[in-house]
Amino acid sequence: MNVYARRRMANGVVMTLSVVATAFGVLWLVLVLWTLLENGIAAITPALFSQMTPPPGSAGGLLNAIFGSVMMTLVGTLIGTPTGIMAGTFLAEYSRGSRFGEVVRFINDILLSAPSIIVGLFVYELMVVPMAHFSAWAGAVALAIIVIPVVVRTTEDMLNLVPNSLREAASALGSPKWKVIVMVSYRAAIQGMVTGVMLAVARIAGETAPLLFTALNNQFWSTDLNAPMANLPVVIFQFAMSPYADWQTLAWGGALLITISVLILNISARALASWSTFKP
Amino acid sequence: MSPATARQAMTIPPPDLQQTAAQPAPRHKVLIRNVDFYYGAFKALKNVTMPLHDRRVTAFIGPSGCGKSTLLRVLNRIYELYPGQRATGEVIVDSENILAPGLDLNLLRARIGMVFQKPTPFPMSIYDNIAFGVRLYESLSRHELDERVESALRRAALWEEVKDKLQQSGLSLSGGQQQRLCIARAVAVRPEILLLDEPASALDPISTQRIEELIAELKADYCIAIVTHNMQQAARTSDYTAFMYLGELIEFDETERIFTHPKEKHTEDYITGRFG
Repeated sequence: MNVYARRRMANGVVMTLSVVATAFGVLWLVLVLWTLLENGIAAITPALFSQMTPPPGSAGGLLNAIFGSVMMTLVGTLIGTPTGIMAGTFLAEYSRGSRFGEVVRFINDILLSAPSIIVGLFVYELMVVPMAHFSAWAGAVALAIIVIPVVVRTTEDMLNLVPNSLREAASALGSPKWKVIVMVSYRAAIQGMVTGVMLAVARIAGETAPLLFTALNNQFWSTDLNAPMANLPVVIFQFAMSPYADWQTLAWGGALLITISVLILNISARALASWSTFKP
Repeated sequence: MSPATARQAMTIPPPDLQQTAAQPAPRHKVLIRNVDFYYGAFKALKNVTMPLHDRRVTAFIGPSGCGKSTLLRVLNRIYELYPGQRATGEVIVDSENILAPGLDLNLLRARIGMVFQKPTPFPMSIYDNIAFGVRLYESLSRHELDERVESALRRAALWEEVKDKLQQSGLSLSGGQQQRLCIARAVAVRPEILLLDEPASALDPISTQRIEELIAELKADYCIAIVTHNMQQAARTSDYTAFMYLGELIEFDETERIFTHPKEKHTEDYITGRFG
């Protein structure tokens, strides 16, 4: 066998293994989505979006849970995003080569990979115990704590991609540092930064553990952030575990709803990343 | 050559070149005196002393790593963006030592424009690219700002090409246009000194020619320092030339003399292409 044939064969083996591994991975993903569609599509009815979570045996929807999820995700993002962007800016623009910056970056990476149930327990101790009741505020704070490290990381990474020559050019015009950052660095990095925020939102939209200890759940319509609030992940958790068929159907519907929302967010984030802010 | 010869070249007014015979001898705009520069522990400039004349072009030439860009970056203290870089000595602009501590660097840089090797348009519209620097230190009416943007673009010979698309991104321009945009941006803030760091090295010959014509026009109003790897470009565009090697200023003189009768063997070797 000559060298060429041997190389072709080796290439064939490696390619086959890669394709098989890829197919194996994708298969499960397709199966998950298929099961979700199969069981969830029946629950996607007008009632799902217009009625409250029902007691077992009666008809109902997920309106209070949808509202609660949107509300807490929104508040969590509003708290987490500015904090994350400021901290990411500090790391990328102000702390270059400083010891403190390295420590912050290291801790942020730990937080990034911390199990979310620990975040839930932490906020339980921090807010729920002193306040003596579960609340949507505590849920939003727990979600914010998950948002922060994601946004810090993407903001720092994106700002690091901005070439120094751009900062030099702005500084050479006599621009103070904060203006260089706000007017030039942010503009150059904005797509990536927004993408990071959207990915963080997608991440918290499906988080159950941090809400279990904080916002808990609420069977009724509530807009009071100081009271327990219904939310999709916890409702899915509770309903899917129940022995009632109509609850289980609602759980499938909720799961499909979250999946579709996260999918839309991810696609938007990707579209935004590839879309140039300044078209020629 | 020694710093002493450089000092001589600086203090004795040079005999007028033929083309400048009618004009009075140019005065010193900048006096670089005994400047050392360090990247951390590495000494990149060694006791450099030379003048920059007002309304003249001074070229810095020399092989890569000789310190010519470093010297340029000392003149607006842009190196201060990076920790670990420092300069000692004096750089007198008019009568003020700009290396003195406590100086407002932003105000200094507003007086000294800089154009870099690679075009660096900001990610904003062509109009805002120019207006960015102007807005930093002046609050002009909409009309005045429009006029300033137009005159800057005209000076940079870019107006005719972009006048109908001022709201488009600066990134949509070609490389040569982007570099002229950067020159317009520097000119718009009305600096006194222009620093050009290999402004044409990333451009095609036609764009290069336009930039060189531009330099010739701009020197009527500015003190210009240009770093270049291109010997012909130095000969074409500059009135004075500084030859640097390994962080030292080897020779400073009128461009014509550097290229025809260099005093130093080293300079001659470099110019004739025997090393570098």
